[in-house]
Amino acid sequence: MKILVCISHVPDTTSKINFTDNDTKFDTNGVQFIINPNDEFGLTRAMWFKEKQGASVDVVTVGLKDTEPTIRKTLAIGADQAIRVDVEPKDGFQVAKEIAKVAKDGNYDLIIAGRESIDYNGGMVPGMVAKLIGANFINTCVGLEVEGDKATAIREIDGGKETLTTTLPLVIGGQKGLVEESDLKIPNMRGIMMARKKPLNVVEPVADGLSTEAKSFSKPAPKGDVKLVDAENIDELINLLHNEAKAI
Amino acid sequence: MSVLVYTESENGKFKKAALEAASYAKGVAKQLETETIAVSFNAENANDLGTYGVDKVFNLTQDDFAKFNAEAFADVISEVAKAHEASVIIVSQSANAKYLAPLLAVNLNAGYASNVVELPSHEEGFTVKRTAFTNKAFNQTLMTTDVKIIGVSSNAYGVHEDATEATVEDYQTEVRPGDNGIEVQSIDKNTNKVSIADAEIVVSGGRGLKGPENWHLIEDLAETLGAATACSKPVSDMGWRPHGEHVGQTGKPVASNLYIAIGISGAIQHLAGINASKVKVVINNDPEAPFFKAADYGIVGDAFEVIPKLTEKLKEFKANNA
Repeated sequence: MKILVCISHVPDTTSKINFTDNDTKFDTNGVQFIINPNDEFGLTRAMWFKEKQGASVDVVTVGLKDTEPTIRKTLAIGADQAIRVDVEPKDGFQVAKEIAKVAKDGNYDLIIAGRESIDYNGGMVPGMVAKLIGANFINTCVGLEVEGDKATAIREIDGGKETLTTTLPLVIGGQKGLVEESDLKIPNMRGIMMARKKPLNVVEPVADGLSTEAKSFSKPAPKGDVKLVDAENIDELINLLHNEAKAI
Repeated sequence: MSVLVYTESENGKFKKAALEAASYAKGVAKQLETETIAVSFNAENANDLGTYGVDKVFNLTQDDFAKFNAEAFADVISEVAKAHEASVIIVSQSANAKYLAPLLAVNLNAGYASNVVELPSHEEGFTVKRTAFTNKAFNQTLMTTDVKIIGVSSNAYGVHEDATEATVEDYQTEVRPGDNGIEVQSIDKNTNKVSIADAEIVVSGGRGLKGPENWHLIEDLAETLGAATACSKPVSDMGWRPHGEHVGQTGKPVASNLYIAIGISGAIQHLAGINASKVKVVINNDPEAPFFKAADYGIVGDAFEVIPKLTEKLKEFKANNA
């Protein structure tokens, strides 16, 4: 089985979010970048398929050279080789078209992406890739088994789960649950050394034009102070929630 | 031209998120001075959508569409969109809507903006305000394609009545869900409990609850309020609660009217995930917990003393205000 894992390079979950250039650009100053958490769960599941079922695992990132430390980390975790599409990702549709090209050229059986990136939260790349290459698609995937060309997946739905069967080629939008948090791997020294020798192929973009464009950013208005209520005076809390906040 | 909305139903009844999406669609249609049309699958009382300003409902009533199938549903919506020259398509941000929207975008070669919180602005092109960086920021997104798909965040625009007479057409299609490669084997859904996505109120517990054996306190409080239950990341990582209840940056987003956090310190990732909730209440024995800076109301106190009292008092309140 040939697996392609799509990796988004995103600010660490603890990052303070600020903007520069008149609020038109994300301020990367002092920000640590990481593998998008939803993608990392998928990458870890891919490593399981590699170990147990002899799958090959490639990774793809759409991004400029600054994304390479994040890509190297995926190789250190155990991916076999990496592909970087050399263009600034500005729009989910654009990114999906680039990944679809890589996916088609590489003839992958299984494409694993995160359900969304934690920076732009577009939530569209995996579904668009599937439709563009004519593969089956399962979103918010929290469990995946593959036998031959048949797959069984668990999808998170509002208020529960759904079990689905399908066939390869398949694209999933993955998230926590594909593997547990404790299964995530921190690269060891051997992995880091080996990653330096693994291929990182840079390819030219193919998509033309954008369908959407992030023009400017703003931050939520600062919050007023919390109103503290005495633990002995629960009636006061209920009164505030009912009459002031109108929440109950 | 038209504005089209996908109005999702469950067991024949429209979801609240669908009514919100319909209200938003009417808002866009007014801006564009055009009609609002809706696509629904096996909905009962489809003409109820008229209350929210929908002019025409295409309701498909075939048994093979009883179970959700993202590709087939997207294909049907595309058919209607093409036939009625929809220039803007509105979907909610339910799990199913998020599943089908990207497929629809490829079908129609449409730009897609998710997590949109306000009606579009037309001052400098067609621009929408959406949340980004998991609720830590907003972004103004310009949409440049002929057909545009907007995913409306739950609980942001709200449900608005704007009554008109809706006509309902029993829609027929050649699309067959059985033709594509995905089959639903089983659905495991707790039908007695409100889901986090649909809940007006969410009661959430953290490590301060000390163990899964104490969760009846959270559940009793939630039941009293008709609320969904949720938890912090450490709680789901330790296996005290299922992953489906984890709210935060890597878990589920919460956009409820009221969010009550008990024994949750308020890590930045957790706060990002619940930031879209309107009113936040924190109960924690540590007055220095970061959550107090993000909350509207707070009680510094022992969860094991405060929760039972709060549940008791709320029962009285409910009885008096029934």
